[in-house]
Amino acid sequence: MPEIRVASVSHSFGDGAARRPVLRDVDVVLTEHRIGIVGANGSGKSTFVRLLNGLIRPDAGTVTVDGRDTVKDGREVRRRVGFCFTDPDAQIVMPTVAEDIAFGLRRRDLSRAEREERTRAALTAYGLDGHADHPAHLLSGGQKQLLALASVLVTEPDLLVLDEPTTLLDLRNAAMVRRVVDGLPQQVVLVTHHLDLLDGFDRVLVFDDGRIVHDAGPAEAVSAYRALAAG
Amino acid sequence: MPNPVPLYLPGDSVVHRLGAGTKLLVLLTAGVALALWRSPWQVGVALALVLFGYAVARLPLRTLLRQVVSLAWIAVPLLVIQWIFASWEIGVGVVGSFVTLVLLAGLVTLTTRTTAMIDVVVRAAGWLRRLGVDPERVGLMLALGIRSVHVVLGLAEEVREAQYARGLRASPRAFAVPLIVRSLRHADRLGEALTARGVDD
Ligand SMILES: Nc1ncnc2c1ncn2[C@@H]1O[C@H](COP(=O)(O)OP(=O)(O)OP(=O)(O)O)[C@@H](O)[C@H]1O
Ligand SMILES: [Mg+2]
Repeated sequence: MPEIRVASVSHSFGDGAARRPVLRDVDVVLTEHRIGIVGANGSGKSTFVRLLNGLIRPDAGTVTVDGRDTVKDGREVRRRVGFCFTDPDAQIVMPTVAEDIAFGLRRRDLSRAEREERTRAALTAYGLDGHADHPAHLLSGGQKQLLALASVLVTEPDLLVLDEPTTLLDLRNAAMVRRVVDGLPQQVVLVTHHLDLLDGFDRVLVFDDGRIVHDAGPAEAVSAYRALAAG
Repeated sequence: MPNPVPLYLPGDSVVHRLGAGTKLLVLLTAGVALALWRSPWQVGVALALVLFGYAVARLPLRTLLRQVVSLAWIAVPLLVIQWIFASWEIGVGVVGSFVTLVLLAGLVTLTTRTTAMIDVVVRAAGWLRRLGVDPERVGLMLALGIRSVHVVLGLAEEVREAQYARGLRASPRAFAVPLIVRSLRHADRLGEALTARGVDD
């Protein structure tokens, strides 16, 4: 598994009087297969995971993935780190399903045949076979999220970061996404409010007010989080 | 809400297999030709050719009718106005060539994958590289443009439903403000997702 190293990272949003610290001196090294992140709204989870592919540059400290700095080697890092967001509509770029999956491969040095082959394989793997030429906007929410996932996974990232991928989905669709995530061989960092998704995870971080306040296995971390939430 | 941008319908007809570049060139040529020759019989011939194209492409009649109906909202009033203030010949010429071109554009998009059209645009825009513009970007803009029409129509539907649910009567402002806010938020998230997918790299 890749080694994610977050060293003395602090980050704030806003300027002057409106300046608010969102991450406070976070230090952590992650090498496990499945890593979960939980915490209250606004505790800094999304900010933290956006550091992992250089979407956010930390005000202080460094973030590296397998030794590559996410700011200095941002391009290389983004080729290896796939990112799946909450809102599937905002992640789909192309008008039809197969085209969106193929889009991620456009800038890779692949022959046309290879591109088509990989696209076909991804369609099958994520149950989108019958929808290859369907307009993306006619898919259900769960299918859209599966498409967003497929479009990221077809580029074969070493690490997949997911920021609340099931928040907008119903139970059935959330279960579909969960099955895909459970079957992934690569390293996964998952932010979620659906605590049952974390069953079987190797490590769970609990965020509170910009700090990691618990770092344990899923059962222990989730009960610590519940206690924290209960005040 | 009728969808103004018809999408690719897979098929293996002659029209489907024609190169995307050829089809776009035909569309361009037709645009120029109909600007020059638009007497009623000339427009009639052009329209007949386009309808013949639909038949050859074996597109469902329903798809064609839906386009005609959504066009009628503009075409009929336009025809009436031209008829009253100019003559029926001018009316038929102007409105007929407009309808013919939109239907031809529809035929091209219905039988050509977006990716194939983008590839043509990217190749045609190759000379822009000398001006420091990335042709791939131009192609991406085109794809995003098409996709955005669908997303914004979806958002408009949501806003309307939300207003019905809260018992608000249709006021243009109560509709426009949340739609703009949602569209901007969408654009923001889309930008982030594009960066994550390596578009800026
Ligand atoms: N781009 C931004 N500009 C200004 N403030 C921001 C920005 N992004 C996040 N924030 C603020 O930073 C804080 C932490 O946000 P973050 O999105 O990391 O929280 P989160 O733990 O992901 O919360 P949630 O569970 O609601 O997703 C919040 O108070 C948020 O308002
Ligand atoms: Mg968040």
